[in-house]
Amino acid sequence: MPVDQSLAGRTFAPTDSYAVSREKILEFAEATGSAYDGQGAPATFPIVIAFAAMNALMKDPDVGIALHRVVHGEQRFVYTRPVLAGDRLTATLTVDSLRQIGGADIIGTRSEIADDSGAHVCTAFATLVHRGEDR
Amino acid sequence: MSPMFETGAVLPTQRYQVTRADLVRYAGASGDFNPIHWSDRVATSVGLPGVIAHGMFTMALAARALDTWAGAPGRVREFGAKFTKPVVVPDDAEGVTIVVGGIIKEVTQDLVHVALTVTCGDQKVLGLPKAALSRG
Repeated sequence: MPVDQSLAGRTFAPTDSYAVSREKILEFAEATGSAYDGQGAPATFPIVIAFAAMNALMKDPDVGIALHRVVHGEQRFVYTRPVLAGDRLTATLTVDSLRQIGGADIIGTRSEIADDSGAHVCTAFATLVHRGEDR
Repeated sequence: MSPMFETGAVLPTQRYQVTRADLVRYAGASGDFNPIHWSDRVATSVGLPGVIAHGMFTMALAARALDTWAGAPGRVREFGAKFTKPVVVPDDAEGVTIVVGGIIKEVTQDLVHVALTVTCGDQKVLGLPKAALSRG
C-alpha cells in the first residue's frame, strides 16, 4: 500500500524536549571512537533527536508506513552550531517531498532541531525509502 | 589553519575496524535497535547476507575522520551521504575495516569543502559523501 499522498508538505508536531547530558554525548562519542573535548558533540549526534521525529512519522497510523519496509536512503546535516551538553532540543519534521519510483515511496524529510530558546542548532535531512510489497 | 587545507590536497586515509560488539554499542548509544544490526536470523529473513552496520554508524566513522582532519571536534558545518551498499559485519573477532579517504575540493574564506570516499573491501558503501568544515 502506498503512503498517504497528501503527506508532502505536512509538518508534524515538535518532539518532546530532549535534555542533552555530557554522559550521553560521551557514550555516543565512545561508541563511534570519536573525540569529545567537553564542547561540541560528534557531528552525527543530532540523529539521536531526529530519530525520534522520524519514528513519530513512521508510526503514525494515518501515514501508512510499514516500519520493516523502510530503508534509510540518504542523510544530510546542516549546522548552525554543534550540540552541547545542557541543550534542551526539539525536532520538528516536515515532509519536503514524496515521489514513487519502481513501486517504492521516496519520502524526503527535514527535521529542524532547535534549542529551548527556539534558536536553530541543526537541520537533519533524511530520505526514507518505503519499499512496496512483493519485493 | 594547516597548510594541508589547499584545494586538491589529499587527506590522510583513516581506517576503522568494526566488529559486532561495535554495532551493539552503537545501537545502545544511538537508540537504533533495528534487529538487522544485531540478529542474523532477522537480517537473513529480509534478504540480507547477514547482520549489517547501521548506515549512521558508518557515517559517524566518516565524521570521526573529518574531526581528525580538522584537528578538533566541532568544526563540521555540513555533512551528507547516500547509503548505497550495506556493510556486512561477520560474527568473528576481526569484523571488517571501513576505510575513509578525503580530498579538498574547494577552500573559501570560511569553509573547507571535502569530498570523501568511504569503502569496505572493494565497495563504496557511502554515495557522494561530502562535508564542509569551518576554518576557524
